[in-house]
Amino acid sequence: MDIDLLSNIFYAMVRTGTPLLLVALGELICEKSGVLNLGQEGMMLFGAVIGFIVALSTGSLWLGVLLAMAAGMLLALLFAVVALGFNANQVATGLALTIFGVGLSTFVGAAWVGKPLAGFEPIALPWLSELPLLGRMLFAQDLLVYLSFALFALVAWVLLKSRIGLILQAVGENPDAASAMGLPVLRVRTLAVLFGGAMAGLAGAYLSLAYTPMWAENMTAGRGWIALALVVFASWRVLRVLLGAYLFGLASILHLVAQGVGLAIPSNLLAMLPYLATILVLLSRDALKTRLFAPVSLGQPWQPGH
Amino acid sequence: MLLSLEPRGQQSRAMLWLSPLLAAALTLASGSLLFLALGHDPLETLHTLLIAPLADWYGVSELLVKALPILLCALGLALAYQARIWNIGAEGQLLLGALAGSAMALQLLDGDSRWALAWVVLAGTAAGAAWAGLTAWLRTAFNANEILTSIMLNYIALNLLLFFVHGPLKDPAGFNFPESAMFADASRLPLLGAEGRIHAGLYFALLALVAVWVLLQRSFLGFQIKVLGLDRRAAGFVGFREKRLVWLVLLLSGALAGLAGVGEVAGPIGQLVPQVSPGYGYAAITVAFLGRLNPLGILAASLLMALLYLGGENAQVAMNLPQAITQLFQGMVLFFLLACDVLILYRPRLNLRWSRRTAPQNALA
Repeated sequence: MDIDLLSNIFYAMVRTGTPLLLVALGELICEKSGVLNLGQEGMMLFGAVIGFIVALSTGSLWLGVLLAMAAGMLLALLFAVVALGFNANQVATGLALTIFGVGLSTFVGAAWVGKPLAGFEPIALPWLSELPLLGRMLFAQDLLVYLSFALFALVAWVLLKSRIGLILQAVGENPDAASAMGLPVLRVRTLAVLFGGAMAGLAGAYLSLAYTPMWAENMTAGRGWIALALVVFASWRVLRVLLGAYLFGLASILHLVAQGVGLAIPSNLLAMLPYLATILVLLSRDALKTRLFAPVSLGQPWQPGH
Repeated sequence: MLLSLEPRGQQSRAMLWLSPLLAAALTLASGSLLFLALGHDPLETLHTLLIAPLADWYGVSELLVKALPILLCALGLALAYQARIWNIGAEGQLLLGALAGSAMALQLLDGDSRWALAWVVLAGTAAGAAWAGLTAWLRTAFNANEILTSIMLNYIALNLLLFFVHGPLKDPAGFNFPESAMFADASRLPLLGAEGRIHAGLYFALLALVAVWVLLQRSFLGFQIKVLGLDRRAAGFVGFREKRLVWLVLLLSGALAGLAGVGEVAGPIGQLVPQVSPGYGYAAITVAFLGRLNPLGILAASLLMALLYLGGENAQVAMNLPQAITQLFQGMVLFFLLACDVLILYRPRLNLRWSRRTAPQNALA
């Protein structure tokens, strides 16, 4: 394998890992606050379709991105009302959100399937992108990928260094104690869910406006679910979310690698790889270990005054 | 806060069954608003969607044809959900059933053995069970979350099916279309009656309905499953073996989904095609919840869901509406159901005069 091929693989790895990174960062914040939102796939799809429709009809990609985030937040708000306000089971509500999001996006996007769109183009930074191996990967991407780098830094700072991060963790680890300290548990959780929705919407927009600029029903192909597994795999640590996302990106583009070394494997079998990889990283012989890092109150309904 | 929730202190039995009806009514109401916004007459659209498909016997038979796979999958899911095992993998288990059943039927193309059909059905059912068994194994031996593994196995199953239908199982005389050869008559589920496509799979579905009802409502095993679902620790204390029960509910629900899948290829379709299922396995999730995980409730809900599928096709042909209306309503009804379920444990209270004192307690977020 020569260095050009390797540089291309790294480039594609980051491109492919970006939507996973975006969703997983949002879900990480959400789970840190103690809420398990399985609706990522639905929010992503709705973001993707709204972003595409807006961008194509207004001609503004950024307006598409913005409204895609709003669309993700809108669905997240539905989740928050039912799961946090009405105290419904979070697993069931998340599933409902995904089923609803799949249906809604297919319905809304039916007339937009297969229309062409000039999406975000890669912007190579002068000099930096010429660096060997890592230059293309880090400095020749489109603007949304750069944005994902910034958002990663932001989320990492919030979780590791900021007061907000402490509040999130307090609410997620022990909502009763947090509430006794005077923290508005449900408001914090609602905001975390909304942030997750915005990130999922952004990830959807990345797919329909940059990665493959078009709309096709179910175009997320399980990325929302993979991102959920990613958070478990990363044991709720932000740096490992980043590494995991790119690792999964790599698993998804192995056909490039296979072509590179001259292997001919049927495409349907190669398409299974990311899903197989997802299953593999969920395995653990030690039951305690899987629970050790999870926010203690994850997925448990909570109401004030109980 | 205008609306506050007051705990009832116990479950309301009435709301337990009123909530699905309320959810259905809210779905119809929001659907009507949607149609109105799209410039269609809501009543006419609802008629096209929900009443016109059942205008004749053929329509009724189509309703049953569509309800069969949904019912079988949802019955299996109900078993798993009663134990709080979130099997989301009915779709993949259904596809594997269809794939294995087809592979068996294609082996038996020339024969007209009386047992051909039995082998085909058995292969499909066993494959569905085995696919769900993977989820059980990953959960019991490797602590992998069953929601995520079963979803991933759905995607893997779909790709596996696509690989086989584009490759090893493709009809050599089929002009390179991704389809298998048509099955021999001996491997097909016989039609019931002269009109319509309703087939002998109906008997399997009825049998499964009774079996699941007996298992859940009348057997000790069903009791164990429910206790496990209500309180894992309590189940452990009285000596119910969690891992064994996890295996059991997953194998059974996989077998039923596999049966649904093989029923599709050996029934109405008659060959292996890339699109065996328009999401029956996912629809079954909604159906299982809507039917309150109760076999009779699920029967009613699966008929309703089948009607939604028929109506979606009808609305596309008659009114040029996207067929995705089916999935949209599926999602809506499940969402409304979960929202309405708040009424089972809480009593809503309207505070017409803004009072800050009642606000913090159980206020809506």
